[in-house]
Amino acid sequence: MKITIDNHSSYVYRGKADSHVEVSKALPNIFFIHGAQQDHSCWALQSRWFAHHGYNVFVPDLPGHGMSAGDPLESIEELAKWIKKLIDQLDLKDVTLVGHSMGSLIALEFTLQNTSKVAKLILIGSALPMPVSDVLLDAAQNNEPKAISMVNNFSHSSQAQIGRNTVPGMWMMGVNQRLMERQKKGVFFNDLTACNNYKVDSNMLSDLSDQSLTVLVMSGSEDKMTSPKSARKLSEQILGSRLTLINGAGHALMAEAPNEVLDCLIGFTK
Amino acid sequence: MPFKFDTLSLHAGQTPDQDFGARALPIYLTTSYVFKDSDHAASLFNMERGGHVYSRISNPTTAVLEERVAALEGGVGAIAVASGQAALHLVISTLMGAGGHIVASRSLYGGSHNLLAYTLPRFGITTTFVDPRDHSAWANAIKPETRLLFGEVLGNPGLDVLDIQKVSEIAHANHLPLLVDATFTTPYLLKPFDFGADLIFHSATKFLSGHGTVVGGIVVDSGQFDWRASSKFPELSEEYAGFHGMNFSDESTVAAFLLRARREGLRDFGACLSPMSSFQILQGIETLGLRMQRHVENTRQVLAFLSEKMTEPASSSGGSEVESVIHPELSTHPDHELATRMLPKGCSSVFTFNLRGGRAAGKRFIEALNVFSHLANVGDAKSLVIHPASTTHYRMSDEDLALSGIHPGTIRLSIGLEDPKDLIDDIKKGLSAAASVTMTTRA
Repeated sequence: MKITIDNHSSYVYRGKADSHVEVSKALPNIFFIHGAQQDHSCWALQSRWFAHHGYNVFVPDLPGHGMSAGDPLESIEELAKWIKKLIDQLDLKDVTLVGHSMGSLIALEFTLQNTSKVAKLILIGSALPMPVSDVLLDAAQNNEPKAISMVNNFSHSSQAQIGRNTVPGMWMMGVNQRLMERQKKGVFFNDLTACNNYKVDSNMLSDLSDQSLTVLVMSGSEDKMTSPKSARKLSEQILGSRLTLINGAGHALMAEAPNEVLDCLIGFTK
Repeated sequence: MPFKFDTLSLHAGQTPDQDFGARALPIYLTTSYVFKDSDHAASLFNMERGGHVYSRISNPTTAVLEERVAALEGGVGAIAVASGQAALHLVISTLMGAGGHIVASRSLYGGSHNLLAYTLPRFGITTTFVDPRDHSAWANAIKPETRLLFGEVLGNPGLDVLDIQKVSEIAHANHLPLLVDATFTTPYLLKPFDFGADLIFHSATKFLSGHGTVVGGIVVDSGQFDWRASSKFPELSEEYAGFHGMNFSDESTVAAFLLRARREGLRDFGACLSPMSSFQILQGIETLGLRMQRHVENTRQVLAFLSEKMTEPASSSGGSEVESVIHPELSTHPDHELATRMLPKGCSSVFTFNLRGGRAAGKRFIEALNVFSHLANVGDAKSLVIHPASTTHYRMSDEDLALSGIHPGTIRLSIGLEDPKDLIDDIKKGLSAAASVTMTTRA
C-alpha cells in the first residue's frame, strides 16, 4: 500500500496482495523495519507468515529506500519519528516492532520515546552503540560499489557464502548485492552515518524493564557486523530481555536462516 | 573475500548431507515432500517458509544446480529446466503473451530460430531478426509491443560476437531486458551480466555438463532489471490471480522474474529437470574451469594447424583444401577486436571452417575421421564434427545455404579434451580424403 507522510509517497508492504488485505482493528499489529541500504523485501518470508496468521502486517520502505520517495532521513531519531507518523496515520494503538540492524535501532528509539505503544520489541542483528568503521564510511561516501561489496561479505557467514539457500534456486549473496545496488546513491552513507552516530543513555535502557514491554534480542552466532557479544551486552542492558542466538547464521540472518528466525518470532509473539 | 570461480564450481549451493555426512550431493529422487503438519504445508504453499513441495516446482538436488550456476554467473538465482529450448521458452512465456514481440539476432542456433520464426507466431508472439553487428537495426526493430531483445554471445554459425554492452544499452534505453544465450562461453569465459545482460540461459547439455550424457537447460536472472519501472511487464508488477494475487515485484525487489517463472511457467508448462540430470550436470560443473581452459588450448592448436593449411599449395595431402577458418580469435574474423576485449580467456571451442571441395569434400572429410565423432551436438569432452550441408541443412540449395552463412563445404568442429596432436592427425586424414575429391574434380 502507498501512504503519504511528510508530503512524500511511502510504500508499505502488507505481507500479502494489497487487494487481499485491509487493516482490522481486531487484529494485533506487527511492524518489520529493514536495515541500512535495504528495503521491505528482506522480510518477505517472515512477514507473509504473520499476514496469514491473524496480524495486521506493516513493512515500510523507509524514506528514500525501495519504493518510498523523498530523501533518506539523517538520524535514527528522525527515522523513529517517521515510524511514529506512520503508526499515527494508520491509527494503530499498539504495535509489535521487529527491526534488523539499523532497523533495530529505529525500533529501539521508537520504543524509548513511545513505550506505551509497543507491546513487544524484537531486535535482530543489533548492537548499541553500532559503530561503523572509518574505512566503510569512507567507501560508502566515495566508492559505493566497494562499500556494498564489503558489507555483502561481512553480512554473510562463511557458510552462507557457499550457499544452500532455504529458498530453492536463490543465491543469497547475489540477492543482497543487487538489493543494495538498487538503492539510490547516497542512501548507504546516510544510513551508516545514522547508525554510527546513534547514542542512548544506558539508564533509559534499564528503564525499559520497568514497563510491561517484553524484549527479544536475536543474533547470528557468526555475525561479523554486530557480534553475538554485542547482542549479549545489549540484552544484559535491557533487563528482562531474552537473547536468542541462531547457530551458524551471520548478520543477514533473515535470509540465512529464514525458518529459524520465523520460529523464534512465532514463539516470542505468542 | 568472496569465493572464487573454481571454489564455487565445486561447492556453491551444497553443504555435506546433514543426515549421513555424504560429501557427494544426494540425488533426491522424490516427487514430493512430507509436511510436518497442516500449518507447515500452508506456509510452504503461501511462501512463508523456504522449502520444497513438489519436484515439478523445485527439488533439493536441482536447487543446488540452480544456486551454483547463479553463483558462477553472478546472478540472484536460477531455474533449471528440461533443455535449453525449455529455458528459452520459459523466459519468453514469462515476459509476454500473444501480441508480444521479440527483437533477436539472426545468428541463432537452429532450434532457437525455429521456436521464434515458426512456432511462437502460432501463439501470437512474433520476432524481428536483425544482423547482430548492426546496432541501429536492433534499435529500429523495437516496437511498442516489444518485450525482449535476444542474442547469442557467439552466434551461429559464424561466431558473431554479440556486443552485449551496446545491445544492452539499446534495450535499457527502451526499458527492455536483454536475454543472452551463453551456452558456448559458459561463465568461465564470459559473465554476460558484467556487460549489461539481464537474463542468461544455457543449454546445460553442452559445456556445463561436458560429458554428453544429459539434456538440460537453465535460466539465470541478474536481478538488475527494474520490471516495475519499465511499466511494460504487468505480469511482474501487477497482482497475479494465479498465485494468491501475488504482485511479484512487491514480493521481491530483485527476483520478481524468477518468482513468476517458477510459480507460473515451471508449474504450468512443467518442463522441470530430473534430479538425476541435475546431479549429472553438477558433476560436469565441478571441473568447468579446468575443462574450458583445455578446450580453449586445444582449439588454439587446431586453429593454428588449419590456418597454416590455408596458406599451403594444393596437394594430395590436402594443403589448400582449407578455404577459410572462422573463429573470433583469428585476426581475419570481423569481431576479432571485440572478442579480444570481451573474451580474453578464449572464444570457446566450437567453430567452422570451409573446404574448397563443396558437399562431396565435406562428406569425405567427415567419413575419414576416427577420433572426432560425427553427431549433432557440441560442447562435449569428446571432439565432435558435423557437415551441415549433408546433415542438418541437407535439403537446402547452395544458394539457401549461403543465406544462412553456410558453405557447401562448411565443417563444424567442437574441439574436445583429447591430446591435440591426435586431433590434428585426425583432421589431416580428413583433409587428405577431401583432397581426393578436389583433385579428381580438377583433373
